[in-house]
Amino acid sequence: MDANLVAAQLFSGLTSAMTLFLVASGLSLIFGVVNVFNFAHGSFYLLGAYFAYQVVSVSGIPFWPGVLLAAVGAGIAGGIMEYVFLRRIYGRGGEAGFQILLTYSFILIIDDVVKMIWGTDYKSIERPESLSGPFALGDLSVPRYDLVVILVGILVAAGMWWIIRKTRFGRNLRAISANREMASCLGVNVPLTLSLVFGMATALGGLSGALSAPTRTVTPGAGIEVIIGSLIVVVIGGLGNFWGAFVGALIIGEVTAFGILFLPQWAILFSYAVMALVLVFRPEGLLARKGSA
Amino acid sequence: MNGPPAAPGNAARGQLLQWGAVLLFFALVPLGRRSFFITMANEVLIMGLFAMAFNLLYGVTGMLSFGQAAYYGAGAYTVGLLLTRGILPYFVALPLAPVVGAALALLLGPLCIRLSGVYFTMLTLAFAELVWGVAFKWYGFTGGDNGIQGIPVPEWFHHPLHYYYFTLAIVVAAVAVLRRIVESPFGAVLQSIRENPDRTAFLGIRVRRYQLAAMVISGAFSGLAGGLFAGFHRSIGPDMLHWTKSGEVILMSILGGASSFFGPLVGAGVILFIEDMIGKYTEFWEIWIGGIMLAIVVFFPRGVIGTLYQWTRRKGSGERDGNAAAHS
Repeated sequence: MDANLVAAQLFSGLTSAMTLFLVASGLSLIFGVVNVFNFAHGSFYLLGAYFAYQVVSVSGIPFWPGVLLAAVGAGIAGGIMEYVFLRRIYGRGGEAGFQILLTYSFILIIDDVVKMIWGTDYKSIERPESLSGPFALGDLSVPRYDLVVILVGILVAAGMWWIIRKTRFGRNLRAISANREMASCLGVNVPLTLSLVFGMATALGGLSGALSAPTRTVTPGAGIEVIIGSLIVVVIGGLGNFWGAFVGALIIGEVTAFGILFLPQWAILFSYAVMALVLVFRPEGLLARKGSA
Repeated sequence: MNGPPAAPGNAARGQLLQWGAVLLFFALVPLGRRSFFITMANEVLIMGLFAMAFNLLYGVTGMLSFGQAAYYGAGAYTVGLLLTRGILPYFVALPLAPVVGAALALLLGPLCIRLSGVYFTMLTLAFAELVWGVAFKWYGFTGGDNGIQGIPVPEWFHHPLHYYYFTLAIVVAAVAVLRRIVESPFGAVLQSIRENPDRTAFLGIRVRRYQLAAMVISGAFSGLAGGLFAGFHRSIGPDMLHWTKSGEVILMSILGGASSFFGPLVGAGVILFIEDMIGKYTEFWEIWIGGIMLAIVVFFPRGVIGTLYQWTRRKGSGERDGNAAAHS
């Protein structure tokens, strides 16, 4: 196998790793702070992609503001879901089951709403002209757009690390994650923070969808593929662990990219195999540490 | 892993009454003399068995599996593949459906129970999606997304009524076995795992081994339901393995009431009826199913049977019992 091909696959793996990371980090954040497994997280990816299609391709808003709007839109939808429905079941006996069922019902609802508004046809978005075409990295030419997606992913990772570790809001998050009641006693506005976290995390999912829309065609039903991909990522990295999502996404992105070279039809099997190995030898995930959001 | 709470078993008389009512209802359905009713009731029986198999995990053991469609589909494909290739006759292929379901559960179960709670649920989903992906893409073996058409069941079964009574007999037998399992000492251990896995472990019980056993048994009955469906519909496809199928039995169980024995069967009837009604008017049935599920989770977490039972109890004695879900 020649070096160029390897480098190209490495790069494409990195790109899909970043879109995976954006979704998985939100999933992990919600799990770490709100203590909810948001089964509908992939549906916010879907919403982000369709919002981006709406504002960019239909309304003609420029690409980057459009992507931002789409992410914010998905975040608002997520915040509403938490504020109106999810918080009603916090602390109920058998909560884990009810969480899954409630978020599952949102997958069905969002899927059908998307079909009602946009139909079932494939939709696509033109990437901005300045970003189409290749970019020369030494001998290697890579798609410019992929490079931007990778940069956005790294920026978001750094930004989230900064928010969680260095800001007052982040300190509140960590406090809630460690002990919700105690944080509340110390004056943290827990309900507001939970809604904000939910909105922020679903906005990340929406951002991922909006960024993926130009490279992958958008269809309803993509939500479940995305949630399973990010589930594999967080199981490998450790659920509720921020850097775990990053490492997990890198592993899955690359494993899938190189798996395609060997078994194009069955590339997905490789990520399952990695997950099974992690489950057998380190069921808590590669980077699991207690209490890190 | 938390399931809904349940009170201990009722008086034998009440039980007999319920069995009688359920049996009578299904035995008398054909008197409606409309093939629509027979087909519908047949599907309710099959999905009801599938939902009750699922509920052995969820309602009894407290393990919310989101991947039971894998075993259901495995059973269906077992019958479908063996019959279309003329390898075995129907009456040998059908008993193999639960065997294959159980074997698949024995393969995937040990990986799924490595983690508990939400993780367990998600792992069952992920591995079931893997099975679906294989069935969907492996054209040479499973027919891919075309599935398998024209499964040659014995001529006698082509009459809807004949197959209906055959299904009824098998489902009644299977449900009786499930009932025995739930009420056996083994079933008591499963229920104590649902209530408190840690304490159960302190009693010296190997929790994981019992959880795996529950998965295998549930996989077997799910496979049997799938095998029955293959003979009923005579065409099967990968959508039987799809995650929405797993979601459907979850919905049936919680709608009917996961803490009552016959709840999932009632839920199967209600959901299939609703799907049929909605399907006549709109293609957007998912949003209705989602809306119903949302309403149940937020307002009626005990399901139809549980809510009815609680309501009559409260009305009857005026007492408010926090743990009054019917286990019957």
